[in-house]
Amino acid sequence: MNDIGASLALALRLITGGDPSLWHVVLLSLEVSLAAAALACLLGLPLGALVAVERFPGRRAAIVTLNALLALPSVVVGLVVYLLLSRAGPLGSLGILFTPTAIVIAQAILVMPIVAALARQFVEDGWRDYEEQLRSFGVTPLRAIPTLLWDLRYALFTVVLAGFGRAASEVGAVMIVGGNIDGVTRVMTTAIALETSKGDLPLALGLGIVLLAIVLALNAVAYAIREWSAKHHG
Amino acid sequence: MGEAMLPLEARALTVRFNGHTAIEDVSFSLDGAMPAVILGANGAGKSVLLRVLHGLIAPTSGSVTWSGANERPRAQAMVFQRPVLLRRPALANIEYALAVNGIGGAERTARAREALERVGLSHLAHRQARVLSGGEQQRLALARASALRPRVLFLDEPTSSLDPTASADVERIVGEIRAGGTAIVMTTHNLGLAKRVAGEILFLHAGRLVERAPAQSFFNHPRSPEAAAFLEGELPWSVSSPA
Ligand SMILES: Nc1ncnc2c1ncn2[C@@H]1O[C@H](COP(=O)(O)OP(=O)(O)OP(=O)(O)O)[C@@H](O)[C@H]1O
Ligand SMILES: [Mg+2]
Repeated sequence: MNDIGASLALALRLITGGDPSLWHVVLLSLEVSLAAAALACLLGLPLGALVAVERFPGRRAAIVTLNALLALPSVVVGLVVYLLLSRAGPLGSLGILFTPTAIVIAQAILVMPIVAALARQFVEDGWRDYEEQLRSFGVTPLRAIPTLLWDLRYALFTVVLAGFGRAASEVGAVMIVGGNIDGVTRVMTTAIALETSKGDLPLALGLGIVLLAIVLALNAVAYAIREWSAKHHG
Repeated sequence: MGEAMLPLEARALTVRFNGHTAIEDVSFSLDGAMPAVILGANGAGKSVLLRVLHGLIAPTSGSVTWSGANERPRAQAMVFQRPVLLRRPALANIEYALAVNGIGGAERTARAREALERVGLSHLAHRQARVLSGGEQQRLALARASALRPRVLFLDEPTSSLDPTASADVERIVGEIRAGGTAIVMTTHNLGLAKRVAGEILFLHAGRLVERAPAQSFFNHPRSPEAAAFLEGELPWSVSSPA
């Protein structure tokens, strides 16, 4: 077990020493995950809100589909995105397979259902409280969506963070559509997988620690925001 | 708002919630000339009736018409027994209601400020609405509804969480709103408030309109035994829910 101790020491030195290859991977991870989370929220928040407030034909089917999408195996998503973006695929002409953009797309597809499902829950609860008051003002359910998204912004921010955390910790799909190319599409998770299999434990551990720290920090921020909003906004 | 809305007519209104009858066969017509107070014990159906009139609940049977038409006119507002304030400052709450009713620009701000002023909350304009005290929230809700300059204003227990001074304030504000040409329809189980404000009384008991009378004659000579018992403070709990 001395091996692990030594690796850990080396990992900490990599982190604190500002090892450029490590920080490049970290930065790229953050960039693509942020973009993916943003994209997923852009679609997922309004979609979740829509399903929460509107009674439309096919609403049940939409809910079941969204819930099913929650359980999407990420490698299957990776495979499908790969097929779409590969040279022979329908979107092959874009030439974005094995680029960070491809990673963003795959992550966004995985994160969107999570954002939509969580948003639906929050907005549905909110709508129960707000519905009569808003309808009294003459606000239709559709028109209430931006109001609710804004009024529930602190609760929904934790949804955004959850989406970001999910994107940042994704491996399978990212490996398939990104290709784990050094300096181009190598992100924290795929680097950890690769370095571990190569036996370069210090780098793998160093990245693992950073990833863990990010996830912890996200949760701390989410908690702080809840506390703060409860105190200042009621 | 030159819309001809009144009279507001309820015809044979019945409201049931999974078999439980909240309102039964209630009919009346309001011309808005005098403040109408819907009086009754807890659970008598006052809030439900107000919601039906305001168009928030569709009656199980019967109808509500405005000046003979079925369409719900926009120039009406309601202050709920438990108002829902948006997570934004007090002033912004009023501005929101105005915005969704198509009032923008300088007029929106001016009307919102004026409404806040009227309820004595100008100094709290920029405070988050949800952290206001219960009484302040109720006054803000009143300001928000009145800023819409409705032709008819529904008030559900507008003083239930207020101290005596704030209650008196609300009564004064309601009087001002009425003087501005807004018809008032209010529920309460507060006899003092009803006596001071009401032009006429609609007394609900167990979902039924038991008595309707000018306020003075109602308080001096209630015709129904239920109303008499209610005024004596002797209405037994057990009869307040319909069989
Ligand atoms: N959405 C609902 N679903 C089921 N029952 C309801 C609903 N709303 C009201 N009721 C029932 O209808 C009856 C009348 O309720 P309502 O709120 O109108 O009473 P109220 O006269 O306003 O009483 P209070 O003085 O306590 O406000 C009650 O028995 C209540 O439980
Ligand atoms: Mg009530």
